[in-house]
Amino acid sequence: MARMKFLCDADRCIECNACVTACKNEHEVPWGINRRRVVTINDGKPGERSVSMACMHCTDAPCAAVCPVNCFYTTADGVVLHSKDLCIGCGYCFYACPFGAPQYPKVGNFGSRGKMDKCTFCAGGPEADGSKAEYEKYGANRLAEGKLPLCAEMCSTKSLLAGDGEIIAQIYKERVMKRGYGSGAWGWKTAYRETIES
Amino acid sequence: MASFGRFIRLGVGAWALLLLVIVAPAPSSAQQVNPTASSVKEQQLLQELNRIQGRVSIPDQRSGVLEQPQGREWREFRNVTLRWIGGVAIIGMLALLVIFYLTRGMVRLESGRSGRTIVRFNMFERFVHWMTATCFIILAISGLNITFGRPLLLPLIGFEAFSEWSQWAKYAHIYLSFPFTIGVVLILLMWLGGNIPSKLDVEWIKRGGGLIGHDHPPARRFNAGQKGIYWIVVIGGGLVAATGYLLMFPFYTTGIEGMQMAQIVHSIVAVLFVAAMLAHIYIGTIGMEGAFEAMGSGEVDVNWAREHHSLWLDEETARTRQPRHAASAAE
Repeated sequence: MARMKFLCDADRCIECNACVTACKNEHEVPWGINRRRVVTINDGKPGERSVSMACMHCTDAPCAAVCPVNCFYTTADGVVLHSKDLCIGCGYCFYACPFGAPQYPKVGNFGSRGKMDKCTFCAGGPEADGSKAEYEKYGANRLAEGKLPLCAEMCSTKSLLAGDGEIIAQIYKERVMKRGYGSGAWGWKTAYRETIES
Repeated sequence: MASFGRFIRLGVGAWALLLLVIVAPAPSSAQQVNPTASSVKEQQLLQELNRIQGRVSIPDQRSGVLEQPQGREWREFRNVTLRWIGGVAIIGMLALLVIFYLTRGMVRLESGRSGRTIVRFNMFERFVHWMTATCFIILAISGLNITFGRPLLLPLIGFEAFSEWSQWAKYAHIYLSFPFTIGVVLILLMWLGGNIPSKLDVEWIKRGGGLIGHDHPPARRFNAGQKGIYWIVVIGGGLVAATGYLLMFPFYTTGIEGMQMAQIVHSIVAVLFVAAMLAHIYIGTIGMEGAFEAMGSGEVDVNWAREHHSLWLDEETARTRQPRHAASAAE
């Protein structure tokens, strides 16, 4: 089985935010929640880079480790998913996540958090693949249809890569070799405890 | 005519190709420049600040934090350190109490009951105590559930039932924090006068407070042990309330690091608080004869007051002169 990963080639990202928009549209993500966002570092200064970031589907995921109700699970493809039926909206995964991926719809009084929502690698949730219940809770299940995440599929500069970790690492390595530079696979060391040597 | 057009197109195409071939070496020399030499680097940024932050163009400005690996330390605390601290504090305290009960037994009224009573806590004081106590017990159970529920309770009752219970426990934890906080503030105000540490407390502690041995060191309304409980409730309660509200209102005053710190303080103070309250519950129920009445009916036996709060009894008798009359009137 493939081990699914995201890789954002920061030397190619032009901060068009199309990945953000595509994600919101594909999954009908509620207002105020962003499963993916583009962060620009050193904005307007020399050496500026933009990185598109969502849940990285970590190896030994911290969110899953700290969840008080154990609502997370890792699929055979290495995708970290969760059950909104079990989630109690405590916020612990958000404290533990290195990438700020978990989001909570604001429901009820105070800062009361609803069921957590995050990037699913377009792989839905525990419900039957492609079912209406799955779509309503987690959005589209493109993986079940044999498709890869939409954010990466429609990235205009092919900066964002999604798929089998070994294959996207190979693509990135070849790019770096060909053009002679690369600012590295952002977040990989934190998420997967490994990086791409280039 | 059509063939002439094709010839022109071919000619232009050939020229363009030729131009490309000639010009091509120029950009290849420009390739020597490495654009990443001056670019921001992930590991460097992480080493500098242990977080990477930038600008986002979506409305949620908090999502500008790209990476913050310190969640790992928090994870270690939450899953390992806290369980050790909590386990040792609570099970250790229970073990101590069991050992104490088996060796010392209930602290008896040595002079027996006099049959006469004196008012120790009025209706309002008892109401505040029990409101705070009820909230505390529910807050403690629902809080311990977050830390210990997954390894201890979830395997017993299964995912769905545990999730359902935890959801209700979370609501209870949030909503009961308000009456609990009010209770702590009222406790602070109504018993502050009797809980200022004095020289008597040093004497009381030196003589083992009557717990160790069968001594009865003099005490006013609150002895050193009770003052300890008072300050644990006031300071501990204040800390858990303050840190709890930080967590309840995410991002109002602090970011992720602040919330991690708040959770650490909240949970450590809370488990120590629970351990301290176990001792308080013990001595107020099976640990001491005649003690529960103080918070039950509000009236204690005069002999109990003489043994445990001799100076307070003297003050009260001097003030009211007729404790017997006051007691019978209350009935």
